[in-house]
Amino acid sequence: MAILTSSIARKVAMALSGLFLVLFLAQHFTINITSVIDPETFNSLSHFMGHNFVVQFIAQPILIFGVVFHFIMGLILEIRNRGARSIKYQSFKGNNNSTWASRNMLISGAVILAFLGLHFYDFWFPEIVHKYVESNPMDPTRYYPDLVQKFESPVRTGLYCLAFVLLALHLWHGFASSFQSMGWNNKYSKGLRGFTKFYAIFIPLGFIFIAIYLHLNQ
Amino acid sequence: MKLTLKIWRQKNHDAKGELKTYPIDGIEGDMSFLEMLDVLNEGLINNGEEPVVFDHDCREGICGSCSLQINGEPHGPDRLITTCQLHMRSFKDGDTIVIEPFRANAFPVIKDLVVDRSAFDRIQQAGGYVSVNTSGNTVDANSIPVNKHDADESFNAATCIGCGACVAACKNASAMLFTSAKISQFALLPQGKIEATERALNMVKQMDEEGFGNCSNTGACEIECPKGITLVNIARMNREYVSASLEAPLSNAWSIDDESSLFD
Ligand code: SF4
Ligand code: FES
Repeated sequence: MAILTSSIARKVAMALSGLFLVLFLAQHFTINITSVIDPETFNSLSHFMGHNFVVQFIAQPILIFGVVFHFIMGLILEIRNRGARSIKYQSFKGNNNSTWASRNMLISGAVILAFLGLHFYDFWFPEIVHKYVESNPMDPTRYYPDLVQKFESPVRTGLYCLAFVLLALHLWHGFASSFQSMGWNNKYSKGLRGFTKFYAIFIPLGFIFIAIYLHLNQ
Repeated sequence: MKLTLKIWRQKNHDAKGELKTYPIDGIEGDMSFLEMLDVLNEGLINNGEEPVVFDHDCREGICGSCSLQINGEPHGPDRLITTCQLHMRSFKDGDTIVIEPFRANAFPVIKDLVVDRSAFDRIQQAGGYVSVNTSGNTVDANSIPVNKHDADESFNAATCIGCGACVAACKNASAMLFTSAKISQFALLPQGKIEATERALNMVKQMDEEGFGNCSNTGACEIECPKGITLVNIARMNREYVSASLEAPLSNAWSIDDESSLFD
């Protein structure tokens, strides 16, 4: 059966993987905000996430698969979509009927992906090397100092903030859009859209706040 | 009113087209956009030049044949109207108006501003119908109760005139608004339930095969649609399609006759 070749099946797959990533963001944000409120809590939560079997060997691979899937499917769709109009308009007023964010999910998505590269370089790879390659002894207090040190550089802090702005744009369209893709458009959708717009601003703004806070509190 | 028109001229499907500039004078605000083009063509014919070819039929917003991408928007700047309902009072003296054909690979240009929209016909033929017993014991449609809300929604969907503005406006050249309107008008009625599974699967399959892009919910289509068809229809089509995909293998497994055509 045309599981992932039909346009609608792909659209639903895009929506489901996107929603999964939206949920992940909320979880990631909840842990990070503790670094501002109470470094102790941040340390213990990070230690738990870093050493819990389910998180490390089940949730983490699923998450990585989710990101890769969302990206590859997005790219496949974008290529097909561009191919559907090979002769472009000389005059095209997209802003008159749609938002920039909705038309440029590829751009915001690519920036987020590039950011993920930097983010992995900053945190994920060092963490994997620390734990599984060098097999260092466990140290439940190392997370907060590591985190603070990463945000010492104004360039890195700036890059993180920029990526979060693009994340906001991506969520602004994507979160509400995923419900439409799954066929959910009814009298409750207006309220839900309001919530998704709030989320699209609140979470990235929260991440920006954390980055700047850590940068200023060296 | 004096205007500068930049119009896409293309001899035939295979020829390379280009925008040509035509100054025009004496245009009244009360003229429709197509009447303005008639005036242009009269002038061109009088000068022995080839007139600009464009599609039109009813000139009252019901047939869907007038197309035209006008200044970067299908059917021009106004909302809920077709090009034949667009009046020149929407423009100012001295304006430059860029006129292009609807662009999509699934809508190949035939000549100048005329595109071939038969891809829509093929989507419609793939499942946009209901089978009615006409052998003498036909059930009167009014004897089947339909709730008012569904009847209204179905009727709204049925107002789609197949103009293609949704495809033209979409950055992905997606035909989902059209297809969803054609699926919705039946999906909402008891008469449409019988063929619902095949309808959703076959119409979407045909839509994909025609080479339209994929919907990414930008919403440009519903803003540009002259009949106010909304994204609610696309959501309904998505539901219809998902439940049809789940149902088809089941009904196929249970049925005796070969329904493999669904899965080709
Ligand atoms: S959905 Fe609207 S824009 Fe699309 S073909 Fe039908 S009437 Fe035209
Ligand atoms: S000519 Fe019929 S809708 Fe415009």
